[in-house]
Amino acid sequence: MKRYAMVIDLRRCVGCQTCTAACKSANATPTGVQWRRVLDLESGEFPDVRRSFVPVACMHCANPPCEEVCPTTATKKRADGLVTIDYDICIGCANCIMACPYDARSIIHQPQYAYGDQPIASEAARMDSQHIGVATKCTFCKDRIDLAERTGQIPGRDPEVTPACVNSCISGAMHFGDILDSDSNVSRLLAENESFRMHEELGTAPAVHYILDRR
Amino acid sequence: MNHSVRAVDRIAPRRQGNWDWRAAGNFVAGGAGGGVLACVAALSIGLGFDPRLLLAVGLAMMGFGLTCVWFEIGRPWRAMNVFRHVGSSWMTREAYVALFAMGTGLLAIGLGTRPLVAATGLLGLLFIYAQARILAANKGIPAWRHGRCLPVVLSTGLAEGAGLVACAGAWAAWWRYPAMLLVPLCAWRVIAWRRYLAALAADGAPVGTLTAFRRINSLFVWGGNLVPVVLAGVAVLADAPILAVLAGMLTVAAGWQMKYSLVCRAAFTQGFALPKQPVRGNSRTGPGVKPGWQWNRWLTD
Repeated sequence: MKRYAMVIDLRRCVGCQTCTAACKSANATPTGVQWRRVLDLESGEFPDVRRSFVPVACMHCANPPCEEVCPTTATKKRADGLVTIDYDICIGCANCIMACPYDARSIIHQPQYAYGDQPIASEAARMDSQHIGVATKCTFCKDRIDLAERTGQIPGRDPEVTPACVNSCISGAMHFGDILDSDSNVSRLLAENESFRMHEELGTAPAVHYILDRR
Repeated sequence: MNHSVRAVDRIAPRRQGNWDWRAAGNFVAGGAGGGVLACVAALSIGLGFDPRLLLAVGLAMMGFGLTCVWFEIGRPWRAMNVFRHVGSSWMTREAYVALFAMGTGLLAIGLGTRPLVAATGLLGLLFIYAQARILAANKGIPAWRHGRCLPVVLSTGLAEGAGLVACAGAWAAWWRYPAMLLVPLCAWRVIAWRRYLAALAADGAPVGTLTAFRRINSLFVWGGNLVPVVLAGVAVLADAPILAVLAGMLTVAAGWQMKYSLVCRAAFTQGFALPKQPVRGNSRTGPGVKPGWQWNRWLTD
């Protein structure tokens, strides 16, 4: 039994957007669609000002409201905690987008390209028509997690089976692993630090934890 | 919470852009159609008039609303997949209710028996309820998930139904009864609306949501509810059916405007928030931030 989770150390994130770029590269999301983003938050009044960077994407909730409202059963929660979308079933009604409090899902109804109406070579090579007219979102790099099941590698430790955003993080802010394993990196980080989950009051039980400070 | 925040890149709530007038059309036409079915069934069973034409109108409106949605979805030729998740999805349940309402409604039009008319009316009511629950289940839109949104949607569907029946039946012998029905339904709607706004303001809501509701509030309360109540009352007392038609038209127009605003104008997303700001460059956490939200400001602005 596994339950995959992500731990993001907000003390370390420098807002470089490398995870955003890595996600885009790994998943070939179309122009205008970013499954992972880094929020840039400035607050306070001079001289007491602060700036925080908050990487966000699908939170792979334990109680996903997107799954509850989906009329087609395209959205499902797996036993290991990943929330998935079956693109062959989804009708693109956008109800899941309304249900998600994390602004994590997107639909595009027409192919979109970076430069004009025609795709550049890399877009033409990697465009997936399955993604048009249906809801899409971060998968926690599901194919890599599935590969780990076959190879026995450990997500979060072995790069081949770790989400692209976590691999790419230059400051070591992002961590991935099995939260039910008390020896995993994510379990240890959560035990040692003060953390929170986004909009926890809504009862979604997200699988992404943010570290604020030491305990 | 510290409100002095400069939020960059979709941190604060933003107006949802995925459900446009086509989705609103389902709530506008479908909700009113469900209301027509419920009101016609109740009145015709009580008064003994022939409900068939008005049942057809209610079913047509429901069908029109669902057709609007069909034009909205990304993969319309897979639309039958909507029936797959009756266990928890209110969109699936709405589709089943519509299907059953069409079945019983067409049979009621063909056979004219009271049990079928009653069943169609009940399904019309269930259709409005399912629509209200679709909105309530959407946790990403604070204006919809609020517990006091449901009575607003339910009461407005029924008020619109009574309003349309009041218009259609103005030259029938039974015209007073839908006008009389308008009075409690509009009263319920305006009370539900004011309670909803008060709770939104007290509990906190995206600034854009409160701004959108503030724009329509006066017209909705006065022109859409209080004036129709007076007009309907005067119509009955002064034996003036034309005033009942006017009351019905105002009730319906205000309901449709309010539902369009609810779906398209006031539907702002949750946005993001930090309960505390992380330790960065100094030894302590900072105050929490929740950009784009407002508390207890409705009445003072």
